[in-house]
Amino acid sequence: MLQIKNLHASIQDEKQKSKVILRGINLNIKPGEVHAIMGPNGSGKSTLANILAGRAGYDISQGEIIFDEKNIFTLAPEERAALGLFLAFQYPVEIPGVNNMYFLKAALNSLRKQRGLNELDAMDFLTLIKNKIKEVCLNESFLHRAVNEGFSGGEKKRNEVLQMLMLEPRLAILDETDSGLDIDALQTVAKGVNSLRSENRSFIIVTHYQRLLDYIVPDVVHVMVKGKIIKTGGKELALELEAKGYGWLEEQVVVS
Amino acid sequence: MSNAYLKEVVNKSYEYGFVTPIESDTFPPGLSEKVIRDISKQKNEPEFLLQWRLKAYEYWLTLKAPQWAHINYPEIDFQKISYYSAPKIKKNAPKSLDEVDPQLLETYKKLGIPLHEQGRLAGVAVDAVFDSVSVATTFKEKLHEAGVIFCSFSEAVQKYPDLIEKYLGTVVPYRDNFFAALNSAVFSDGSFVYIPKGVRCPMELSTYFRINAANTGQFERTLIIADENSVVSYLEGCTAPMRDENQLHAAVVELIALENAQIKYSTVQNWYPGDEEGRGGIFNFVTKRGACRGKNSKISWTQIETGSAITWKYPSVILQGENSVGEFYSVALTNHKQQADTGTKMIHIGKNSKSTIISKGISAGKGQNTYRGLVRVLPTADNARNFTQCDSLLLSDTCGAHTFPNLEIKNPTAKIEHEASTSKIGEDQLFYCQQRGLTLENAVSMIVNGFCKQVFNELPMEFAVEAQKLLEVSLEGSVG
Repeated sequence: MLQIKNLHASIQDEKQKSKVILRGINLNIKPGEVHAIMGPNGSGKSTLANILAGRAGYDISQGEIIFDEKNIFTLAPEERAALGLFLAFQYPVEIPGVNNMYFLKAALNSLRKQRGLNELDAMDFLTLIKNKIKEVCLNESFLHRAVNEGFSGGEKKRNEVLQMLMLEPRLAILDETDSGLDIDALQTVAKGVNSLRSENRSFIIVTHYQRLLDYIVPDVVHVMVKGKIIKTGGKELALELEAKGYGWLEEQVVVS
Repeated sequence: MSNAYLKEVVNKSYEYGFVTPIESDTFPPGLSEKVIRDISKQKNEPEFLLQWRLKAYEYWLTLKAPQWAHINYPEIDFQKISYYSAPKIKKNAPKSLDEVDPQLLETYKKLGIPLHEQGRLAGVAVDAVFDSVSVATTFKEKLHEAGVIFCSFSEAVQKYPDLIEKYLGTVVPYRDNFFAALNSAVFSDGSFVYIPKGVRCPMELSTYFRINAANTGQFERTLIIADENSVVSYLEGCTAPMRDENQLHAAVVELIALENAQIKYSTVQNWYPGDEEGRGGIFNFVTKRGACRGKNSKISWTQIETGSAITWKYPSVILQGENSVGEFYSVALTNHKQQADTGTKMIHIGKNSKSTIISKGISAGKGQNTYRGLVRVLPTADNARNFTQCDSLLLSDTCGAHTFPNLEIKNPTAKIEHEASTSKIGEDQLFYCQQRGLTLENAVSMIVNGFCKQVFNELPMEFAVEAQKLLEVSLEGSVG
């Protein structure tokens, strides 16, 4: 479903200096798979998530991103979204004055339109969202508030999962969706992801901790350090990392 | 929102830029005492009005155009403007819509203003002003039954000269400022509203202003009187053809609310803004003021300012009555090379008077957007309260937002709050919206509409929708 080939990317810092962040990422994700990407702070995990979603501001010097056999390199973020790519944000953005439900309806219908489907009318949409919001344990009043405005950290993350459930992506990238969550919220997030798991839908779970992976059991675990994937393994790799930390792997990188 | 709609929005910049080929009686350019006498004579005005105009003219001659606003424009040559233009009418005045020139009716239809009473916006009575004169007022009968007077200013001068003489110039005297003095001398028409005691006006009243003829100025005058315990909601809209030269619009609006009366005045101003290079466009110099004369009276201004090359207006409220309330809700958008210097004055005189100011400025392209406000609390205004919130949103690196709030507090019991913010439209917000599937244009318009929400909520329902669409059109080409 997704192939990343030798991706190199850098960003300009405040002093207009170029800073290399990704140094040759290779990744191959098949339909139905859940991949976890773990790694210490600053290893480039969020950058990778943002680049996949099409965020501007990165200088991509080499590499390809193939989604469904299509190079999505030149596609705008909304075109990638229309192909079924979804990013749950590490820091969901507040949009004052824009009703949460209106936002989600506009998003869903914009995606449907781009895919050549009929727009959902207000009644159908309402029925759908009222069901989905129960799954993330948010009160219906959140639908009538402005997007993420004044939401707590946990509420914002639940809202991200709600959006994911509504938009039913083919590839969902969760960027540290577990950070700052209490155990109840963590389980809600996991339940949301698990309910969507199917043979033609894939996930990339970006996280620091193995905790989330107790609830969302990954097929593949990657360890990313300094812009490179330095180790790939099964779910047991996450447990090993939990026990030993990242230090031993980082040393390996230095040695090699 | 569909792509087709978006395309439509992107491809039309100013859809009201057409000219109606219609024969007009237009005075040659120039301003003199004779011109003023001619206007007055043309309108068959009583002597008191002519004298008032002449005094205003004499006073105007002693003035210079104000320089304090944060706007730049070439000096206006007042001798090059024609001060009167009216569509030629075969008989005297049209007595019903059937007698109105079909070309004119067609123009308003094109503008989406239904003059036929079975029109789309049933429940809104419209007075249409074309260049210098009112061409039609709808729903007259129904309003008459309720005792409401809603007609063109010229008609009011003929039918209700006592009311005109009693109230004209009592809120905005001709000595008020340069443009008010000019307007008082040469105004040609406008709307007049009188709501009698105890009457709640049964429908929205609306005036639609259209400048058509070239090289003419539009100087209309609106006077609204809400007698004791009455309520009225009034809306004005404005458009003009696209022309390379600038045209002057200098209106005066006076509102008077007596005891327990409420006036809500909403404006959707969409005069031609000029092109991307700043060629053409309307110079909009307007004086709007309301007086809350009675106890518990309330005046509320809501304005959506998206048009004009230059906007200079400060809809204000004089809070004379005890417990009176003044409100100002404003969205001002400047794109390309538009300049807006707008805001309000709240003058607290009565005890317990309250005012609220919510101003939302949006700047795009090379637009310059200024909020200028004054809150003055006089020694008599015990327990006066004001809340002011000024927010600016920047959509480009080349635009500007400026805020000049002034406070003059002469009573220690006053409570005044002021909040202000300036933000650039966030790349984070745009990316978030786009990631969820919205196009860049839709994302911008959604964020901007969210920013303006507090103000849109104050507009009558139908117009809130219009205002949202208008913002989309006005923002076309502002990002990317």
